[in-house]
Amino acid sequence: MKNFQRRAHAADRTATGVLYAIACLALVLLAAFIGYTFFQGIRVFEPKYLSFGREGIGTQFFNTVYLVFLSLVICLPIGISAGIYMAEYAGNGRLVRFLRTCIETLSSLPSIVVGLFGYLVFLVMTGSHWNLLAGALAVSILNLPQLTRVTEDGIRGVPEDYRQGSYALGATHWQTISKVILPAAMPRVITGIIMAAGRGFGEAAALLFTSGMSSDVNFNNWNPTSITSPLNPLRPADTLAVHIWALKTEGIDPNSGPLSDISSAVLVLMVLVFSMGARLIGRKLEQKKAGNKEQGGR
Amino acid sequence: MSKIEKFRKEYLGRSFVTVMGLFIIFLTLAIGAFLFYKGVATFTVHGHSVGEFLFSADWAPADIGEGGTVGAAYFIVGSILISTLALVIATPFSVATALFMTEISPNLGKKLLQPAVEIFVGIPSVVYGWVGLTVLVPFIARVFSLPYGYSVLAGSIVLSVMIFPTITSVSADAIRNVPIEYTEASYGLGSTRWQLIRKIIFPAALPGILTGVVLGLARAFGEALAVAMVIGKTQAFPSGLLSPATNLTAAITADMGNTTEGSEWNDALWTMALLLLLISFLFIVLIRLAGKIGEDKR
Repeated sequence: MKNFQRRAHAADRTATGVLYAIACLALVLLAAFIGYTFFQGIRVFEPKYLSFGREGIGTQFFNTVYLVFLSLVICLPIGISAGIYMAEYAGNGRLVRFLRTCIETLSSLPSIVVGLFGYLVFLVMTGSHWNLLAGALAVSILNLPQLTRVTEDGIRGVPEDYRQGSYALGATHWQTISKVILPAAMPRVITGIIMAAGRGFGEAAALLFTSGMSSDVNFNNWNPTSITSPLNPLRPADTLAVHIWALKTEGIDPNSGPLSDISSAVLVLMVLVFSMGARLIGRKLEQKKAGNKEQGGR
Repeated sequence: MSKIEKFRKEYLGRSFVTVMGLFIIFLTLAIGAFLFYKGVATFTVHGHSVGEFLFSADWAPADIGEGGTVGAAYFIVGSILISTLALVIATPFSVATALFMTEISPNLGKKLLQPAVEIFVGIPSVVYGWVGLTVLVPFIARVFSLPYGYSVLAGSIVLSVMIFPTITSVSADAIRNVPIEYTEASYGLGSTRWQLIRKIIFPAALPGILTGVVLGLARAFGEALAVAMVIGKTQAFPSGLLSPATNLTAAITADMGNTTEGSEWNDALWTMALLLLLISFLFIVLIRLAGKIGEDKR
């Protein structure tokens, strides 16, 4: 019996040690990954690489931000509305179960497949050339399922008292949703929006055949209908992520090494900023909830 | 309340969100329909058999005219091999990390590992590919004294890092959902922590862990750019871990832009996209099955 116990405890200690080691390994790997990316970016850094000309990634950075902005403008109303529908109006019928399957399917689609769909529908069928808007639409499709889910979860997390208070004041269901429930669920939804934006920044596979792998932009031309204007959503535009891919696979640019190093460092930096932003807002939300509890106790 | 007032305060918003919910169903069906329509052209328009596409390794589709061959076995085998290998590498680490986060040190898990996993998810796939290309590929070449390091091994390692966060976070959720009574009863009977993990927690959380594994596999299968950058894109059955290979997504990214719309070659690539879509459906069915097993167990 003693022997058995001793063995069990030895196994316990070994297993704990192994699990600690693996968890440490994961952290070290991430730190090394981020460290390496930054180190490479800083090592080759020269101010000209951040310029808006041929030699810099300024244009790509602008394209990325613009594309993410457009995609949010497109997918926020759809995703949030669909989330509201799922949480408030849909009930639990066959249609909703099918809708759930659809959302699950959309979220597990490989992004290259969504890119091809975008290429077919937004480019081939409309007879247009690579453009930023098509890329933004493709990224919107990728972000829709997550946004819908986050909104639904956020709404379901709002305490029941809020709703009853609103009904008691004579509000309709929709007024309750738009004036009480959705604002209360907003912090969660905003976290989801930030994550969606982060995903947009890094997306490349869906953009190769929609927004294209190059851009020809004149930053002195702010007339949005001109094809070289940065504001024109119907011009071809390569984002940072696509730019890395193009530099690394086509590699005609003599600066392709340093440019892709710096692009990667910028992308990873943005990922860090976005995930910290989402975290901060999450923490604010917790504080807010704790505050409400205090008030209730008084 | 008058009818007009009721319309403004309830039905207007309600119809809008309902339409947006239904739009997601429409979008999913449209993606399926378009890919199906384009994907079957290989069989209906160009007259190849499904058996040839799936099992023949004779890949020489014609870009002009007909008469090529569309055996995609190299790509299919490459995809299956690389993602399975990635799964084999990632799963033990992921499950161990999930166990550490939930059972060994929930505090460290929440403060360090959870944010780390989220950052891992957020890093764009091209950046994974870029690090694989600049670090892993030369490293493999040096260690095994090969002329090039592009290989099945490089692809699987890059993929395993990419699917690690997916499997980890889903598994951690599954482990957290194991009822606390299980833990209490097990400790009450005098078990060590490792005995608890191995004999109670792990089996109880297994369906959820399997869901994570399938989600990871789905992500691995659909990943395009990171893998394409490091596997060498050689059209042959890999003779071992160190030989280069190709896969479905690499073929699509490489050739979709260079082939003529509607040609045999182009349509064969669409068939690959359709295959990716069907495989992601299959994964959803598997996840549902894993969920059902979990429910039956309770």
